[in-house]
Amino acid sequence: MSGVLRFVLAATAGVLILEHSSAVAQERAAGPTLEATAPAGNVDSGKKLFVSAGCALCHNGEGQGGGPGPRLAPNPNMLAFKVFVQRVRVPVNSMPPYTTKVLSDQQLADIYAFLQTIPRPPDVSTIPLLR
Amino acid sequence: MANSKKDADLPGRRGFLKGAAAGSIGTLAMGTGAIAAPQVAAPPAPKLGPGPPEGDPVAHVEVMTTERPGSDFMVDVFKSLGFEYVAANPGSSFRSLHESFINYGGNKAPELLTCCHEESSVGIAHGYANVEGKPMLVMAHSTVGLQHAAMNIYNAWVGRVPVFLVLGNTLDATMRRPGVEWRHSAQDAAAIVRDFTKWDDNPISLPHFAESAVRAYKISMALPREPVVLVADSELQEKPVAKDANLRIPKLALDQPPWGDAGSVAEVARLLIAAENPVVIAGGATRTQQGMERLMAFVEALQVPVVDQENNLPSRHPLIVSRAALRDADVILGLEVEDFWGMLHTVRDQLERTTRSNTRPGVKVLNISIAESPLRTNYQDFQRYQEFDLSITADAEATLPLLTEAVNRLLTANHRTAFQNRGRMLAEARLKAIERERVEATYGWNSSPISLARIAAEVWAQVKNEDWAGGRELANFQWDYDKYYRADHFRSAQGSGGRLPAAVGAALAHRKHGRLYVNFQKDGDLMYAPGALWTAAHHRIPLLSVMHNNRAYHQEVMHIQSMGNRRERGIFDRAGIGTAITEPNIDYAKMAQSMGLYAEGPITNPNDLGPALRRAIAVVKKGEPALLDVVTQPR
Repeated sequence: MSGVLRFVLAATAGVLILEHSSAVAQERAAGPTLEATAPAGNVDSGKKLFVSAGCALCHNGEGQGGGPGPRLAPNPNMLAFKVFVQRVRVPVNSMPPYTTKVLSDQQLADIYAFLQTIPRPPDVSTIPLLR
Repeated sequence: MANSKKDADLPGRRGFLKGAAAGSIGTLAMGTGAIAAPQVAAPPAPKLGPGPPEGDPVAHVEVMTTERPGSDFMVDVFKSLGFEYVAANPGSSFRSLHESFINYGGNKAPELLTCCHEESSVGIAHGYANVEGKPMLVMAHSTVGLQHAAMNIYNAWVGRVPVFLVLGNTLDATMRRPGVEWRHSAQDAAAIVRDFTKWDDNPISLPHFAESAVRAYKISMALPREPVVLVADSELQEKPVAKDANLRIPKLALDQPPWGDAGSVAEVARLLIAAENPVVIAGGATRTQQGMERLMAFVEALQVPVVDQENNLPSRHPLIVSRAALRDADVILGLEVEDFWGMLHTVRDQLERTTRSNTRPGVKVLNISIAESPLRTNYQDFQRYQEFDLSITADAEATLPLLTEAVNRLLTANHRTAFQNRGRMLAEARLKAIERERVEATYGWNSSPISLARIAAEVWAQVKNEDWAGGRELANFQWDYDKYYRADHFRSAQGSGGRLPAAVGAALAHRKHGRLYVNFQKDGDLMYAPGALWTAAHHRIPLLSVMHNNRAYHQEVMHIQSMGNRRERGIFDRAGIGTAITEPNIDYAKMAQSMGLYAEGPITNPNDLGPALRRAIAVVKKGEPALLDVVTQPR
């Protein structure tokens, strides 16, 4: 990749994408254990926790992201559960860290399960206001 | 209504006013040239002495009227400076000036704006100045009025905005009425705002007043622009103009903005041309349409990527990039960047605050800015110290033509070819970034409460074919800020309560141009001084307010969440304590309706938003304000 092209890509990539790439890289580097599926989660509990634990404050009610928080749903932004947990425990930016005392692994599994239930949005081509 | 600052304990005062003869409405040429005020005949000298015994016929008649009070001359001075409006909550310490404005001045240029709070007066002036590029006059009591106004004066100070405050005050203690007038007087009236105003004075004569008014205006408009304060002593306002008064209004000549020296400018051009990955950060780099065009000419000559913090370029300009561009930059030029260090570093606000650089080692950092020159000690209106390789104290907008000329002088054919290639790649990347934003807007599209992306799209659909302005707080990739006046360019100290009055002031300034002004209004901000809505209705200011009503001081919720998490106890069901604006929810539509606005809401279904917007815009296009209370996602 040429220096100029690398520069242009860096210049236009958002923080979210960079962070996501970083997380995926961490996931791959850590090996097979990170491929483990999430423990069973309770969707209803996750939905309530998403609001009461403050996730919705920055990531908004459907995890669609907003000003300070990147998009999480649907499909938890393609983060494996273990990476998801890692990002909540040790955030890379100014997100408040949630230790196991604040949110247990099971509660995070509930939130993860809730985020997975959020349907994909309508295709952009079907929304006249966004054309 | 209880109101400590009104002269409730002096019931006879207003009756006294009835005896005052209104001065004839004078006409005065507008402009900045010297204007000789008309000579006036001296009033008969008052005959003083002990009052007559009760029941006796009046032996001597005290002269109680005048044809030419000092405040008439003050109005002459203000007219000469071209003020369009004077915003005020009425107060007895400037009653004479108030009367002169409406009778002698004919309530035109300046026209009085009735405000319900001095904070609103200054906020309206702030928003107006952002659009018009010149100050509005604000009248206030020297004590209680100025105290109310102080926060928005600070907002204007941080925002580098000119505001001209006139304070009513009675310095001569022997002339004060018993009671309230003492509490509305100060020895050094401007003292409480001196830390965040540019200049002030307390004239003791009308010639002094005229000189200081012209000087204050000139200082306020010199870059960087800031608020100024002039005390209008009540004795000076109310006493007749002396027969031998040699009154004239000094000529005003505004200062030309300072530009960078040729040698330094050439060095900046050389470094940018030689750089592999130059980046320009445009802070408050431009003030006018001309400035926008100058910046375009400069960055297009180099095809250099621009981190545009304040709508200096048209929003769809192909050279606009995100802050991530700074990571690979080898030369960075900042143009009026408010927080340069903050742009080049990331601070993590965790248990320990840590910082990391966002730039590569050896990056050359260049600066052109005049913004630092009004630094004061107490209020920390500056940021971390940024080390520069070259720093020029000059106005960026004025320096841009020199910079472009220097670049064009140094460019070779090879440079032009390489830069055109860079520009093409940036343009392609820009289109892809816009496309990503378009897809991101679909997430949460049908959410209730309504997503901010949905609101931005719905409002844009209704205003895009109008001559619109505003909307910057929620505007997305669709909003085409193709002209300088479209964006608010609103900077402040983030003192809550400043946004609504600033929107009223901006809409007022846009009114004479026939523009539709859009204000995305936060609920918390609105509740500080909602009376500004009434001012908009009273003065028929066409303002479209679309609420960003998330029913909380949401940023503060996040701070409390952060503290709870650091202490490993979260906040959970206590998240709303002290931060939520619920139980009861505020009905903003009813509140606005009560003050004479067209209003609808609360709107929670995104499909209801479009029709409501069409109805509201129809009202605004007739010249009235309208408000839609939209319940939104948190952020």
